Amino acid sequence: MKKVLVAFSILLSFAASAQTDKFAAAMQKNLDALEAAKTPADLQGVSASFERIAEAEKTQWLPYYYAALAQERIGFSDKDADKDKIGDKANQLLDKAEAIEKNAELYCLRNMAATIQMLVDPQSRWQTYGQQAQAALQSGMQLEPNNPRLYYLQGMSVFGTPEAFGGGKEKAKPIFQKAVDLYASFTPKPMYPNWGSKEAADMLAKCE
Amino acid sequence: MRSLLFFCCFILSAAVHAQTVVSGVIRDHRNKPLPGASITLKDTYDGAVSDSTGAFHFTTTEKGNLVCSITCMGFKTIEQPVSLTGTAITLNISLKEQLDELRAVTVTAGAFSTGARKGAVMSSLDVATTAGSNADITAALKTLPGTQQVGEQEGLFVRGGAGYETKQFIDGTMVNNFYNTSVPDIAQRGRFSPFLFKGTVFSTGGYSALYGQALSSVLLLESIDVPEKSEIDLSVSPLFWGVSTQQVAKDKKSSWGINYSYVNVGLYFKLVKQTPDYYSMPRYHNVEGNFRIKTKRGGIIKYYTTFGYNELGLRRPDIDSLYLKNAFGLTNHNWYNNLSYKEYLNNGWKLNMGVGYSTNRDDISQQIQDASNQPKQFDNSAFWMQYKNFRFVNRQDLTQTKIVLEKKLGGLSALRFGTDYWYSYNNGYYNDTLRKLDDHYNALYAESDIFLTNDLAATVGARYEHSSIIGKSDIAPRASLAYKTGKNAQVSVAYGEFYQKPENMQLYYTRQLGFTRAAHYIVNYLKMNNSRTLRVEAYYKKYHDLVKAVPVNYYYSTYDNSGTGYARGFELFWRDKKSVKNLDYWISYSYVDTKRNYLNYTTELQPNYAATHTASVVLKRFFTSIKCGFNFTYTYATGRPYYNFMLNNGKYNLADQGKTKDYNTLNFSMEYVPSIGKANAKSNIVLFASANNILGNKLIYGYNYSYSGLIKQPITPPANRGYFIGCFISWGVDRTDDVINNNL
Repeated sequence: MKKVLVAFSILLSFAASAQTDKFAAAMQKNLDALEAAKTPADLQGVSASFERIAEAEKTQWLPYYYAALAQERIGFSDKDADKDKIGDKANQLLDKAEAIEKNAELYCLRNMAATIQMLVDPQSRWQTYGQQAQAALQSGMQLEPNNPRLYYLQGMSVFGTPEAFGGGKEKAKPIFQKAVDLYASFTPKPMYPNWGSKEAADMLAKCE
Repeated sequence: MRSLLFFCCFILSAAVHAQTVVSGVIRDHRNKPLPGASITLKDTYDGAVSDSTGAFHFTTTEKGNLVCSITCMGFKTIEQPVSLTGTAITLNISLKEQLDELRAVTVTAGAFSTGARKGAVMSSLDVATTAGSNADITAALKTLPGTQQVGEQEGLFVRGGAGYETKQFIDGTMVNNFYNTSVPDIAQRGRFSPFLFKGTVFSTGGYSALYGQALSSVLLLESIDVPEKSEIDLSVSPLFWGVSTQQVAKDKKSSWGINYSYVNVGLYFKLVKQTPDYYSMPRYHNVEGNFRIKTKRGGIIKYYTTFGYNELGLRRPDIDSLYLKNAFGLTNHNWYNNLSYKEYLNNGWKLNMGVGYSTNRDDISQQIQDASNQPKQFDNSAFWMQYKNFRFVNRQDLTQTKIVLEKKLGGLSALRFGTDYWYSYNNGYYNDTLRKLDDHYNALYAESDIFLTNDLAATVGARYEHSSIIGKSDIAPRASLAYKTGKNAQVSVAYGEFYQKPENMQLYYTRQLGFTRAAHYIVNYLKMNNSRTLRVEAYYKKYHDLVKAVPVNYYYSTYDNSGTGYARGFELFWRDKKSVKNLDYWISYSYVDTKRNYLNYTTELQPNYAATHTASVVLKRFFTSIKCGFNFTYTYATGRPYYNFMLNNGKYNLADQGKTKDYNTLNFSMEYVPSIGKANAKSNIVLFASANNILGNKLIYGYNYSYSGLIKQPITPPANRGYFIGCFISWGVDRTDDVINNNL
């Protein structure tokens, strides 16, 4: 009988670790898929997969984060996408992630969601969505002043603003420089966000 | 024992290996394949996304009874229990559409909305940068279809309706003296700055049951909430100066502000010759105050007050004599108060409340003067001159409350109902004769938005009104229907009955009057995206019971409700911000065929304020490289009719009539914003200059006739061209940039 109990407990612990492994494996598989995604349909599929993982796990913010990130990549890359719908979807996912943990990475995605919605009609929307995007970066900087992605996104926003409205290459350059410096000393945890380094370096080159 | 362990392992591995295939097709409510729907086995990682044909397919190693959920943005989620046994499962599911405010049709017949929200045609900044408006809301709205280019009187003359048939509301409550007090033949500006408001709905007909006592049109202004930042503003111009401050609490939950401005056009009138001889230069003092408090539940309390004092005096040659002058003097005091409260209650209820109090006092004098500006008296033998000498001191008070409750009825449908109570008190001394009016006006109304689908919506309502002074009641039904015909395109229809009390000047003479009435029928097509708007509208309006004058003698009439009339026409509006880079323009065209028999008209005639064709082109372009914006407005209207009705044996007869020449103006304005681009600018400066009627076309609004009917004089603006120059500076405290720079 003792043996049975031992066997069962081994089996159970095996099952438990299998569960964590299963999470890690599923995440890795989808991270690879996110990396490889080319079309909006691919991204939609990856986003849905991450969302399923998130809904099943309930205590992990990362799958929500990636589900939202995949949505936002559609918003930036697909010209025909309904940008308001994507912004809403991303924000729904981020609400759930923030209920688990509030951090700068999530604020980065809040910034991107607001930016996508602003781009629908920048002239009339920058006062609302532009403010939201800016506020998200500020909140992120208060939590993690050394997160490089915040500065990369800040740089993108300044770069995209016409010179006459306080933007332009000159103004964006020191911000991208700061992002590149921070990326150099940034070591991500496994599965944690680790994007933007190359893009920041490319943008810095564009500002020269 | 070993066998038990083995059995356990077997079960486990069997569980791993038994796979169930789940596949199917997802469709929408119209049975079309729905791509992008997410199919999820709840609490597992397994699932799929439907492809472009709505099909999906996945395998799962899960077993037993689970729930499969199908979600898609814009549709209601479906949860379907499934039993996973290894046998393939086919799920063919139709999703129902979710009613969604952003995508749903909105009822738009008759209304132009402005501001930042959905369906906006103009923003507050558009009002300020429309050439010719000089930041006057009414002037900017006159570039929209449905309005007449009336320059000799204030007000919005909409679709064959007179100026007093349009009423203005701020945060739901009616404004009694929206414009500065009338001066003969010169339109006056509105009292309220466009920057007080975040949104405007200008309804040219068929409006909601929440509003009443306007036969033609309502202008609904919604004041701004707690502003983003504290600031101090200074305005300087040769014509006026002003200073104001807006203070926002640290938590951005409340704010207060005060404002003082002083206008004196004396210097300007010296430089730019005016036709009338101003013996007292128009001067205006204005003080404003406000506070706004956000409540815990997401509601807001707003209070706004303004006190204005102004005086002016002008002389013109008298039309009945060669050497006499007609002097008009005015002193006005106006105090306006508006307190509104908006709150979200439990169970989807929302409360909108408003309280208003205003009091207005006009002291008007008119005097015939001789060549040396001395008063001249007449006896009964020259009675038509005798009655040109008068003093009229008139006080108008309005106290009102409005309570509206709104309940969301699942989806987007909603029920609203409420009540208005207005107490108006007027007393007027005409020379030494006192005339008093007081009226208790009550209204009850209910209205419902019914969304049948995202594409089809109706608003149905009715309004009951009672006015104590005339002792009459009415019931006004209103209905509108909108159908979405395609992406960004929709068709709406509207019908409504509208009632309005006779004007006070008529009620001073008789109370044996009833409500005047108009029925509106409107068809509207709207196609709109973020950069382009196309709007086409046709309407028919039937007037009943208009007020007719029944002359008693030259200077005294009584009134009845025997007047009639109609208006029909169509309107076009096109706005485009995209086709030419950085150029924003709109074009309006209105056609109206209207006739009415009212006041002293002898039969049904085209009213003297209505032109058959009116068109406006508004252009705006901002050059970021030189930080300058240039705006042009061109307006054309065909001539308006004018009449001379003469009293003969107790009856009016049409002694003379004609048509004015066409109306043509080109207005220009520019703004220079040097602080644009200074990321850390502590101050924001705007330099603004404008010139109206730059081509100097002679504008004639109509003709005045002498008592004899032998002399007619054109009614023209006091000066052919108008100019304005001003500088607006604001010092704001905005910390957005600080945070970012501190982190660099």
